[in-house]
Amino acid sequence: MNRFLLPLSIFIVVVVFLGVGLKLNPREIPSPLVGKAAPDFSQPQLYDPATVFSPADLKGKVWLLNFWASWCSGCRTEHPVLMELAKSGEVPIFGMDYKDQRDEAMAWLKRWGNPYPVVGVDDAGRVGINYGVYGVPETYVIDKQGVIRYKQIGPLDPDTVAKKILPLVKQLESQ
Amino acid sequence: MIPEIGHFALILALCVAVVQGILPIYGAAVGNSGLMAVAKPAARGQFLLVLTAFCCLGYAFAEKDFSVLYVAATSNSQLPLHYRLAAIWGAHEGSLLLWTFILTIWMFAVTLFSAHLPDATRSRILGVMGLVSVGFLLFMLTVSNPFERLIPAAVDGRDLNPLLQDPGMVIHPPMLYMGYVGFSVAFAFAIAALLGGNLDAAWARWSRPWTTVAWCFLTVGIAMGSGWAYYELGWGGWWFWDPVENASFMPWLAGTALVHSLAVTDKRGGFKVWTVLLAIMAFSLSLLGTFLVRSGVLTSVHAFATDPKRGLFILAFLAVVIGGSLALYAWRAPRVGLGGSFAMVSREGMLLANNVLLVAAMGSVLLGTLYPLFLDALDLGKISVGPPYFDSVFVPLMTPAIFLMGIGPLAQWKKASLPDLAKRLKWAFGVSVLTALALPVVMGNWTPLLSLGLLLAIWIATTAVVTLRERLAHVSGNTLLERLRSVPRSYWGMLVAHCGIAVFVVGVTMVKGFESEKDVRMNVGETTTIGDYTFRFDGAQDVVGPNYTAARGTFSVSRDGRETTVLYPEKRRYTVQNQVMTEAAIDPGLLRDLYVSLGEPLNDGAWSVRLYHKPFVDWIWGGCFIMALGGVLAVSDRRYRIAWHRQEPAVPASTRTARRKVA
Repeated sequence: MNRFLLPLSIFIVVVVFLGVGLKLNPREIPSPLVGKAAPDFSQPQLYDPATVFSPADLKGKVWLLNFWASWCSGCRTEHPVLMELAKSGEVPIFGMDYKDQRDEAMAWLKRWGNPYPVVGVDDAGRVGINYGVYGVPETYVIDKQGVIRYKQIGPLDPDTVAKKILPLVKQLESQ
Repeated sequence: MIPEIGHFALILALCVAVVQGILPIYGAAVGNSGLMAVAKPAARGQFLLVLTAFCCLGYAFAEKDFSVLYVAATSNSQLPLHYRLAAIWGAHEGSLLLWTFILTIWMFAVTLFSAHLPDATRSRILGVMGLVSVGFLLFMLTVSNPFERLIPAAVDGRDLNPLLQDPGMVIHPPMLYMGYVGFSVAFAFAIAALLGGNLDAAWARWSRPWTTVAWCFLTVGIAMGSGWAYYELGWGGWWFWDPVENASFMPWLAGTALVHSLAVTDKRGGFKVWTVLLAIMAFSLSLLGTFLVRSGVLTSVHAFATDPKRGLFILAFLAVVIGGSLALYAWRAPRVGLGGSFAMVSREGMLLANNVLLVAAMGSVLLGTLYPLFLDALDLGKISVGPPYFDSVFVPLMTPAIFLMGIGPLAQWKKASLPDLAKRLKWAFGVSVLTALALPVVMGNWTPLLSLGLLLAIWIATTAVVTLRERLAHVSGNTLLERLRSVPRSYWGMLVAHCGIAVFVVGVTMVKGFESEKDVRMNVGETTTIGDYTFRFDGAQDVVGPNYTAARGTFSVSRDGRETTVLYPEKRRYTVQNQVMTEAAIDPGLLRDLYVSLGEPLNDGAWSVRLYHKPFVDWIWGGCFIMALGGVLAVSDRRYRIAWHRQEPAVPASTRTARRKVA
């Protein structure tokens, strides 16, 4: 091959990759749990420690599981979005209070509002380990069969809710 | 009204750019001097039009015109004026306008300093720059218009990202862009030469000062960005191998190779094809950087808000400009022919090795930057490439390059003798090795890398002394001062720039070897000692800034019981975007920096605090500025000044007409 064509050939390969790269999202970190059954747990509830909260109770429903903590600033950013979503009644959001103090968590929810019908307590972070939580907040979409369909790492924003979460929930509801 | 004037000026500039990109190049091809004459006024007109647009946007920011979408998105009524003006390049649209504006500044400069160029060459250069400008203006007018209106107007703006509210923001992007875009001149020279088919020594001589000036700007721009990251991000690092930093570093490496390769083409007529390729590469990498920052294909702290349409546009533009030039290169370069032959041990040989090493370094940065993208595109998983890769690739590549840097200037052109070089350099080598081995032991921390770093730095310095001494022996003059004066400035420039590398290497080595840091909880009145310095925390007070509220800590620093300085680090909360920023406090010094940043407030007025003692860290940036100073000295050399002031073309008339016939 003509050696003067070499730079052009390398460049063409790079451009092809860059073109493919445009369609990819480098911030999206795939979770091996997507498509798998949500790990089971039974944790005490925040407001009623005597009762347990378990995914088994939610079979047949599409729901969101949101890991949060009162010490997490990202959760504060995310909170208005969750409140809005809870108010719309489109999909129930269940909370998992991650590595937190019970009284501080309750004070936090009292101050900023509570979007969750039920909040589980994961003070040791065991549930977080099973779900592969990198850091709070994280949100999982779980379908009627108890399979994880989507994982959001980091705060939810209105855009993701409108473009990803809600369409997915609608589709799962209709199944 | 004013924003519409700016918008209209951009549309007119696009029309002018189209004319400038087509007529002069066509004119040069058919030998029509009337068409060629269009280039100069068109370039100047375009400059004035883009200047108008730039001023209009500046006016909208100064007057807080929140009916302009871009102004509302990147500023706020509370933002001080100098940051409102710097906000012009605070996001995608405006920084693109800055890019284009700087491109037209360079065009204008070419029209001023090209009296000595043949008409055809000048027309082609301005034509190529006009075509590049067409792309950017089209990009702005189609998908990134900074003058887009927001009706009804916003009550107040969303404010500039607090990270960018810093003096570094005012100066770093313009400097960096001057460098990036400056390579467009060398690029245009190379394309013009390929089009005209005359790649001769004169072409290299004309390209050299432009390339050097752009290289100086880029060097300073990168150094300032690094310094900014050092004090603004609050954890004392100065280089992170972030994709966008790499995007600015790759053109720098290619540009550095180009500066050296041009020297060979100029002096010996060699490396022609290679030099052209490097000129294309340096500018292509600048464009690639623009793409990487704005398309969202890589994760980075610098990335602009992304939009797939924009990414696609830049990619198409990239494909046309770079693909087109490389195709032209593949077509025309085989006919250029090689320069004079030379032995492997010669100055050419060493400069060739330097080029290969620099380009290999550039290639490995490119690979490391794009590797995550390659894997992701092939569906092989998601990874990120970090500092360990770059560090382990860079040291083995730069070590021989720096070693050659000491020998190269002493070697004869064409053929040098190794035994002779060894004889001339044995003292320099001995002194370097001994000092590099002994010094770390004296300072109490010997590691192989520390010794290697010092060896390289001292080697550059000692060989520079030997080089200068030998040079002085060959110039005329009775007194030492006279002889020093008769050494040409370009030679001084080379020595100074090389010594800049030495200073830089000392900085990096000493920081790596001797820095210490502490992450501690400090109560009010408590003291912590780090590297001979004792820090006493005197508590934190609330202060109110123009658009933020802050907690300001007070730290009294003393050494051996004597007070050294008082530092005031801040933790700021910018109210509009509700973002928290760490403002580190630094006491800079020639031999060390003391660096304090506030972490989080704890109970009873205590804070978590990070303290750093960084020996010689300022040498890192000092070295870069010295390198740039070397570039400035080289450009101020007598022969360029003569060339610029000469009205007649530098090439004899007979060859000019002959060339026209060929064209």
